Amino acid sequence: MTASFGRGRAAVAATRDLICGIALAILLCLAWGTPARADAIDDTLARFASDKFPETEKAIGELAASGATTAAAILDALGENRLLFNPSTRAVYYKDAAGTLFDAKTGEKAGVEAGGLKKVRLNNAVRGALEAAKGDMSILSPDPARRLAAAESVFKSRDQSAFAKVEAALAKETDTRIKLAFEQARAALLATKVDASEAQRLEAIATLRARGDQDAMGLLEAASATAQGAVKAAADSAIASLNLTLAVWKNLQNVWYGLSLGSVLLLAAIGLAITFGVMGVINMAHGEMVMLGAYTTFIVQEWIRAYQPGLFDYSLAIAIPLAFAIAGIAGIAIERLVIRFLYGRPLETLLATWGISLILQQAVRTGFGPNNRDVGAPSWMAGSFELGGLSITYGRMWIIVFTIGVFLALQLVLRATPFGLRMRAVTQNRRMASSMGINTNRIDALAFGLGSGIAGIAGVALSQIDNVSPNLGQSYIIDSFLVVVFGGVGNLWGTLVAALSLGVANKFLEPFVGAVLGKILLLVFIILFIQKRPRGLFALKGRAVEA
Amino acid sequence: MTSARLLDLRGAIFAVVLIAAAILVPIAALAVPPASPFHVPAYVIALTGKYLCYALLAVALDLVWGYCGILSLGHGAFFALGGYAMGMYLMRQIGARGVYANPNLPDFMVFLNWHDLPVAWWGFNSFGYALLMVLAVPGVLAFAFGWFAFRSRVTGVYLSIITQAMTYALLLAFFRNDMGFGGNNGLTDFKDILGWNVQAEPTRAALFSLSAIALLIGYLIARAVTMSKFGKVLVAIRDAESRTRFLGYRVENYKLLVFTLSAMMAGVAGALYVPQVGIINPSEFAPANSIEAVIWVAVGGRGTLVGAAIGAVLVNFGKTYFTGALPEYWLFALGALFVLVTLFLPKGIVGTLGQLFARERRAAVGARGNRVPAVAE
Amino acid sequence: MDGKALTSSLLYLDGVKVSFDGYQALRGLSLALTPGEMRAIIGPNGAGKTTMMDVITGKTRPDEGDVYFAGSIDLTALDEAAIAELGIGRKFQKPTVFESHTVEDNVLLALKAPRAAAATLFGRDEAGIHRRIDAILATVGLSDLRAHLAGGLSHGQKQWLEIGMLLAQDPKLLLVDEPVAGMTDAETAQTAQLLRSIAKDHSIVVVEHDMAFVRDLGVKVTVLHEGAVIAEGPIDQVSADPKVIEVYLGR
Repeated sequence: MTASFGRGRAAVAATRDLICGIALAILLCLAWGTPARADAIDDTLARFASDKFPETEKAIGELAASGATTAAAILDALGENRLLFNPSTRAVYYKDAAGTLFDAKTGEKAGVEAGGLKKVRLNNAVRGALEAAKGDMSILSPDPARRLAAAESVFKSRDQSAFAKVEAALAKETDTRIKLAFEQARAALLATKVDASEAQRLEAIATLRARGDQDAMGLLEAASATAQGAVKAAADSAIASLNLTLAVWKNLQNVWYGLSLGSVLLLAAIGLAITFGVMGVINMAHGEMVMLGAYTTFIVQEWIRAYQPGLFDYSLAIAIPLAFAIAGIAGIAIERLVIRFLYGRPLETLLATWGISLILQQAVRTGFGPNNRDVGAPSWMAGSFELGGLSITYGRMWIIVFTIGVFLALQLVLRATPFGLRMRAVTQNRRMASSMGINTNRIDALAFGLGSGIAGIAGVALSQIDNVSPNLGQSYIIDSFLVVVFGGVGNLWGTLVAALSLGVANKFLEPFVGAVLGKILLLVFIILFIQKRPRGLFALKGRAVEA
Repeated sequence: MTSARLLDLRGAIFAVVLIAAAILVPIAALAVPPASPFHVPAYVIALTGKYLCYALLAVALDLVWGYCGILSLGHGAFFALGGYAMGMYLMRQIGARGVYANPNLPDFMVFLNWHDLPVAWWGFNSFGYALLMVLAVPGVLAFAFGWFAFRSRVTGVYLSIITQAMTYALLLAFFRNDMGFGGNNGLTDFKDILGWNVQAEPTRAALFSLSAIALLIGYLIARAVTMSKFGKVLVAIRDAESRTRFLGYRVENYKLLVFTLSAMMAGVAGALYVPQVGIINPSEFAPANSIEAVIWVAVGGRGTLVGAAIGAVLVNFGKTYFTGALPEYWLFALGALFVLVTLFLPKGIVGTLGQLFARERRAAVGARGNRVPAVAE
Repeated sequence: MDGKALTSSLLYLDGVKVSFDGYQALRGLSLALTPGEMRAIIGPNGAGKTTMMDVITGKTRPDEGDVYFAGSIDLTALDEAAIAELGIGRKFQKPTVFESHTVEDNVLLALKAPRAAAATLFGRDEAGIHRRIDAILATVGLSDLRAHLAGGLSHGQKQWLEIGMLLAQDPKLLLVDEPVAGMTDAETAQTAQLLRSIAKDHSIVVVEHDMAFVRDLGVKVTVLHEGAVIAEGPIDQVSADPKVIEVYLGR
């Protein structure tokens, strides 16, 4: 990489750190022809200590030009309020992110206390100068990452003084990605440059149009406001085209967020679709099954942290079967001990299971404390990537994939296994199923266990995006019931459609009315909807449902 | 009215106890010296006054659930709305005595940089208007909600779930600052009611008596309703809704009427509750509160009215005891109560006792006895 | 409405179709009942008997077809309560009485009187109401049990109470669904007698499985099969009909 840097070639043999410092110093000297004097740095640093904004601004410019080895660190520190000075001695220090003090001149650890030091203050003018200086310093950096960042920085700051350097850098650049970034930076400057030719401007507009994001949009608008004739027309046409693309991406992004929210709703509701939708049992402790799953994840991770840290990336995979088993067994216990005595009395079932949910919440609160427990994300769940104009986080993506997987697996269990066949038989005609030799009690218990187990699995996924606290389940129970009822009781596909459409609707409402009001509006909508169609979107009709 | 009496033995005892409490408790609190064993300390008045409000809420809930089979999981919303209406009156009474000393705006509005009183607050400096709203706001909400729900024949658990969603939606709404009802913090720091200091002991004693009387009146109204032919139709709806329709009764109108009446009773309960506890905030809308009220009714015995009131007092007494002595165990106890009552005491305390006595009484009373319909289900 | 009667029948069904999820419960059912007539309707399970009752009483809306009452009243536009108020009473297959009310209160609730909520809340009992209740209880033989909860009655007693409730409604038309299901022979005979005496001043449609009972009633019979009428006439005539024998009697 450094080989492409003509003047820096001599320094290739030196260590990486030296390249950064010395090459930069040489290049900057050549660019301005101002030799770096050893004592100049003292004057510059003294300006920082003067505690006046114009002085600070001047100091920034000088520092960038000085080629001092500590310049980058000082400017970074200034931007993050970590640059300090001693009001009496006028010595300047910077702190690194960890809080260690360094001498600004030498870059060595400073043996002073931070107590008597004052922060170098910032205002908007200083910030502007700082951004520009940082851009200047990095544009010709041998480090490609720095150059890319510098190009982006120039693009954003539109600092006209950097124009010559951007041109120079562009001529030398060979990395296509960085080259594009410099082209865009140049276009950004040209679009608003007073003395740019019409051809240059048109070229700039084309480049910005190709970039096609919100920042390009801002520049085009600025260009359109100052230009006339063909340039203005080109800018306006680019704006119109960009508006459309941006709107499409924005809506797609909303759809993605909506699907993500919908998949969370679906995960929470899908177990309920079995216990309430298929079996007709009102289980108000359903949310607590989700909570049990989330706490199972917590325990698994605690164990891994303590004994097998290397397995952390597999913690969710380990937690899933355990959560299914624990929530499933809890569900079977609830069914056998309480619910089976209340079949045919839905309102009593509702009350009794509410009681169970209180007991489970308190049990977890007593066992694990009332506060949120920390459940970590495995490395493959962290981070995000860009897909066209979409920003997609891995965590959300995997949750959607996981939800689809759980949904399909459940369909498979219901449709293709003997247990699924028996379960459907029991729910359709209990007496007939019983007389054909199906043990209906057993099927009831297992079906309830299945629904609860799926809720437990949902808890594993939700532990990644929600606070793992004893109240976790409570926040999902109402939503889950509404999703199942909205989709049509006894219809898994209805639950799927209901969850996803509610998720998307929510995300489209949010920008207009805010998150809370959006949720209220959806609640009101569902309340009204249920009154219009009490049996949901995909209602089963006929005499069977009347009973 | 049919030949049944408005007050049976159970009702008469209930009425006597309430009237006695309304008269004797204030005397014991104000006139009896603190040293005397008959003195009632202020905190006991505040506590029992609160229980009486809960009891009125329970009677209101029993009217719809016990007699008409409508399990409302949103009655806490009507209670809270009545409470907010009263709270708004009390806020307006603070006047310029708030922290910001603004004569026209409550503190939280000054804090939010508002300049004008929102329309929803107009008129609340009048006590009469506030009382009207205590009845009207829950009543109108219940009417509008019931109008849609009962006409579309949403019944059973579905109705329960959407009533729960209703109170949940209100919870979220009242948390918002721009709703103009104090957001998260709700309404508090009340100074006086009708010129009387809300903190003063005589005011507290008067509020206690008023609560007892309101409970008695609420009970008598509910009793009169259930003893009328209207009440018989309600029970018919509870037991066989579709059969009742085929007899020519407009089930939705009956449900709507009783639901609205019940919501207004709940509103009154909330309005009496707020000056006694000194605060109303959105957490009163929490779905858990409404379900808790259901268990009071279940413990006392649904379809008995008196039982509902007794259940409310007993459960809340238990709650006060547990949260003081064994705070960790209260939710265990409450949860177990839900499970055990539904499994082993479906008729509740009063219902079960009544059943035992009824066997003996049936022979004695003869053909046209007054009979509280038993719960079938 | 009164002016232009579309038919002279008390009840008139024409081409009524009802389907549930693709299953056709009624496929073009037509039926006419003259005022004062008692009609028996028979047919195998799934023939559409109960669905027909549901259509007449407003519980189910037909997808197609006309349903008129008393010549000109379109029943498809009314709900259950309105139809009941017009004077159509229904007795369900499974006896449904108000179990936690007394026998007497069951009759009281059924008794012809204003049905509006306000009327029942504030209204006073009409004079002579007890005499009417007494008379009805005597007719159905439940006078001694008047103070008992209906939930405690035997199956046959519940059936009679329900018939008593129908009488109390004093409807122009009674729809009776399997009135003798689960009854002893003696109870069945009593019930037939009861229905015949009621038929003197009411129109009745009886749906029944029990052929002996239908024969006992001695009225015109309509045979339903797969949601349509396949035969109609006196019992001897329809039982000789080869189509009827094939689908129903011959089994």
